[in-house]
Amino acid sequence: MSTELRARASEVGSPGADATAALLRELVAHLRKNRTQLREEWARRITESKLLTAMTREEIFAEATSVYDNYVEVLETGSVEALQAYARNLSERIIPRGVETHEVLGIVLLLRDVLARSLFKKYQADFGLLNSVLDAYEPAANRIANTVAVGFVQERERIIRQQQEAIRELSTPVLQVRDRLLILPIIGVIDPQRARQLTEQLLRGIRSNRAKVVVVDITGVPSVDATVANHLVQTVDASRLMGANVIVTGLSSEIAQTLVTIGVDLSKINAVGDLQGGIEEAERLLGYTVTTPEPKPSEKQS
Amino acid sequence: MRVPILKQSQYVIASIQSALSDEDLLQLRDDLAQTVGRYRSRGVIVDVTVLDVMDSFAVRTLRAIAHMIRLRGAETVIVGIQPEVAFAMVQLGLTLEDVTTALDLEEGLAHLERQTAAGAAHVK
Amino acid sequence: MSSNRAPRRDEPGVVGEPAIAISSSGDIVIARQRGRSLAAGLGFSGSDLTLIATAISELARNIIEYATTGEVILGQAGKNGRPGIVIVARDEGPGIGDVAKALSAGYSTGQGLGLGLPGVRRLMDEFEIDSEPGHGTTVTVRKWLR
Repeated sequence: MSTELRARASEVGSPGADATAALLRELVAHLRKNRTQLREEWARRITESKLLTAMTREEIFAEATSVYDNYVEVLETGSVEALQAYARNLSERIIPRGVETHEVLGIVLLLRDVLARSLFKKYQADFGLLNSVLDAYEPAANRIANTVAVGFVQERERIIRQQQEAIRELSTPVLQVRDRLLILPIIGVIDPQRARQLTEQLLRGIRSNRAKVVVVDITGVPSVDATVANHLVQTVDASRLMGANVIVTGLSSEIAQTLVTIGVDLSKINAVGDLQGGIEEAERLLGYTVTTPEPKPSEKQS
Repeated sequence: MRVPILKQSQYVIASIQSALSDEDLLQLRDDLAQTVGRYRSRGVIVDVTVLDVMDSFAVRTLRAIAHMIRLRGAETVIVGIQPEVAFAMVQLGLTLEDVTTALDLEEGLAHLERQTAAGAAHVK
Repeated sequence: MSSNRAPRRDEPGVVGEPAIAISSSGDIVIARQRGRSLAAGLGFSGSDLTLIATAISELARNIIEYATTGEVILGQAGKNGRPGIVIVARDEGPGIGDVAKALSAGYSTGQGLGLGLPGVRRLMDEFEIDSEPGHGTTVTVRKWLR
């Protein structure tokens, strides 16, 4: 323990920036010197707390080493960029292994504790100095925990969003069953994102298949509420703008009644009971090429 | 940027080539009024395939065009609204209400043919 | 979601570009084309580009219709590591007396005050409006990359 440090720290009030920097430097030196035993202590506590069960002991130790070194480096430089990059990299590797948020936060906090304990031990003889050391250590340590946890969570969210998009893409197939006729069977819950994706896929399908009639079957949608109904109306409107007629099947009259009662305007929706009936109606619409019937040659009067 | 208007038998086709300012749209309205009057066209097609945005002014003006052309005894079909544009219009609550729309030029002409034939058949 | 908080120029997370003056209908086209290319540069999908361009068009149009002149400021925004676009439409016009009415949502036009604000709100992810009679109007909208 340097006399100079003690002298600075015992000045009235909290140490100035210089003193903090000096304390941190000493701290970092201590952590580097005791690297091996502190790292082992940490790995032991990780296993004790039953964290990172998805990883082997060797893997835990290897990651523990990287995290430890990064941790100490951030304490030294004060720069979180390198840590953020490491946190993202670490997350990319361990998320597919099934490591969860509470585990990542847990191990970082354990490291913070292990290092804090060793500081208690080292400076226990001088309460004033210990306080100053902790004043320097704590904000830095907390910023580190925060950076790692947030980095992990962001990476998880990014992956989840990607997966959701992929699932939605797969689960809303637009089928061409006949010339100019598309069928869109919807199965499952429709949340706003899925509704939007569904509508976009359908509209693109209308363009590429030059569809004139679309049958949207919602038999497989568990709950049809006002939000779902409004999405349907929007889909019908947008399809019409592209010159396509939409027939909705699987909308029971009870549900339709309920929706109308709560104020949803279903007048634009051409609803037919079941899918088969819908397809027949669609074929009828396609078979007639005009809204008013074509006069047959024999019927023409001069 | 004036929208080129072509005559095709008894129909008139206005093919929008690029983003239109408000003045361009109003000019289109006037040009169509003149052309339909001069040729006594039975139908008008406005092709908006190229438009990447249809906002409230565009929609209002297209409806005004359709109305004006109907007063001259002809029908209007708007063709070529793109998927993203249709989606945005619906989100914004813009409708073309009573104006006929079709997928593309081919469908638009087919519709006009049917309407004209039906109209002729009813004039007895 | 809307609030009556006025967005500040120094708001964190907004990397600004020069403001686009809005005083003629040609400016509406300029504003939405600039918005489209900024959004394209950020990686927005084709249909999102159209939604963004349409929202800008409507906001710019409101400026001309109700305040004659104003400006549209486009910028890049960031939230939790996700990039996005922020659009500020500002004018010194008469202001909106009944903001709640202007925002009253409906799926048909003809409700609200004809300003198309509920529609713009549906097109974007975040929507804020600050308006007071005699003090102009500022609308701030944001859309995040999916």
